[in-house]
Amino acid sequence: MKVLVAVKRVVDYNVKVRPLADGSGVDLANVKMSINPFCEIAVEEAVRLKEKGVATEIVAVTVGAQQSQEQLRTALALGADRAILVSTDETLEPLSIAKCLKAVCDSESPDIILLGKQAIDGDNNQTGQMLAALMGIGQATFASEIVIDSGNASVTREVDGGLQTLTLPLPVMVTADLRLNEPRYASLPNIMKAKKKRLDTSTPEELGVDVTPRVTQVGVELPAERSAGIKVDDVAQLVDKLKNEAKVIS
Amino acid sequence: MSILIVAEHDNSTLNIATLNSVTAAGVIGGDVHILVAGHGCSGVADQAAAVTGVSKVLLADSASYAHSLAENVASLIAELGASYSHILATSTSNAKNIMPRAAALLDVQAISDISAVVDADTFKRPIYAGNVIATVKSTDSIKVILVRGTAFDACAADGGSASIESVTGDHDAGKSSFVSEEVAKSDRPELTAAEVVISGGRGMGSGENFALLDGIADKLGAAIGASRAAVDAGFVPNDMQVGQTGKIVAPDLYVAVGISGAIQHLAGMKDSKVIVAINKDEEAPIFSVADYGLVADLFVALPELDAAL
Repeated sequence: MKVLVAVKRVVDYNVKVRPLADGSGVDLANVKMSINPFCEIAVEEAVRLKEKGVATEIVAVTVGAQQSQEQLRTALALGADRAILVSTDETLEPLSIAKCLKAVCDSESPDIILLGKQAIDGDNNQTGQMLAALMGIGQATFASEIVIDSGNASVTREVDGGLQTLTLPLPVMVTADLRLNEPRYASLPNIMKAKKKRLDTSTPEELGVDVTPRVTQVGVELPAERSAGIKVDDVAQLVDKLKNEAKVIS
Repeated sequence: MSILIVAEHDNSTLNIATLNSVTAAGVIGGDVHILVAGHGCSGVADQAAAVTGVSKVLLADSASYAHSLAENVASLIAELGASYSHILATSTSNAKNIMPRAAALLDVQAISDISAVVDADTFKRPIYAGNVIATVKSTDSIKVILVRGTAFDACAADGGSASIESVTGDHDAGKSSFVSEEVAKSDRPELTAAEVVISGGRGMGSGENFALLDGIADKLGAAIGASRAAVDAGFVPNDMQVGQTGKIVAPDLYVAVGISGAIQHLAGMKDSKVIVAINKDEEAPIFSVADYGLVADLFVALPELDAAL
């Protein structure tokens, strides 16, 4: 059984990004880049499926700039078997990324497709759902548990107010939520081994995908700042302020 | 222009989150229709028909829509939505599941989590955990949009008298089946709808210690939330998470207890009207957004607060 896991290179979650002075975009010069945290969870899940004997091969894929090879190497160090870079210098939208991934899936024919539920740069939460739609297969988003049994996936999903369990025939597209697993750290020997693993490169043009953007970013700005208030001395003063000044409790 | 809003509901009650999208639709301007897709959900259609500013309700009542399975409902939205200029839904976990799928079927780049409408094609939305607000302009002929509920006030749930039209045809893709649902039973209000929210962070120390928030929440009629750190540590389930990748809340009063104030948490609560922070670390970033900060050991302060209310 083949697992395809998609990953994205994003600004590290510890970096607080700022708009460029002219408001034309976000200042990404010299900021630390990492694998998107939810993608890391998806990779970990793929590796666990292989360790359980469910998966036999894990292919990691990304759509992005040449430097995204670093994130593919991270996925390879965590346990992916080989990698594919769909190389582009443009910043692609979720729909275009989903179309590129579909083209890769059409030639790879994976049984299970894993993605993170959302990338922490664009915060779109769309690519997995769009990929499933384009492929005409079932989707299980925001997964907290995945069980594969006799050609079906049983997936527990994080929904508002609780958990929902679905069963879906393979092939299936699953997006990872926070509680699906805790990703491991890549060991030094595995990082060394990952450098020798196969990494193929393609482009949207070679895949026959039109990546013309539909949504343009007109500009970016800082959100309205919230100013700090006051420090209260004790609980009694806090309750007094909330009752008599803010008037939010009675 | 005509706008289709996809209703959020549980087959018996219209979720008030839907009303935020009706308000956003009013800002865009145009004829507003609501789609109620479910099973045995005619009562929801009646409630939707009463919402102010709505001119028509489309009722798609079929067993295949009972559990809002994405494959079935997205196909329905793509079919019905093709004749509209905008398709909107409030950004619930259900809508986030379904709307991007519908958008892909329509070959449209969806726009997630809009916080403002600039004009019919242009919207503002937070990116990078809300550190930056982007203004984006769509060139798609149909706009598929997820609306950040906290950014638009709910419109009046009554005063309208829309017609109800039944949708014939069925979309049963057979790509997924519902097995079960475990919805946490609680007498407390829903996090995103609560007027008061009290959240615990890593400083709570354990899941058991969240019981310290119970008495206060009872007295304030509050929902209980948590930071991602508390969820990561396994103290509480993920559906309690307030933050960029969890729930976005904007109550009248938000009380953050033992929460340092990571960017990703602030993204989920900084639009609250009044913010209170209780933390023993006076350097904690949460104090930079708090209206009232109390530097104290939460294990001392919480019982005191409980007693003082």
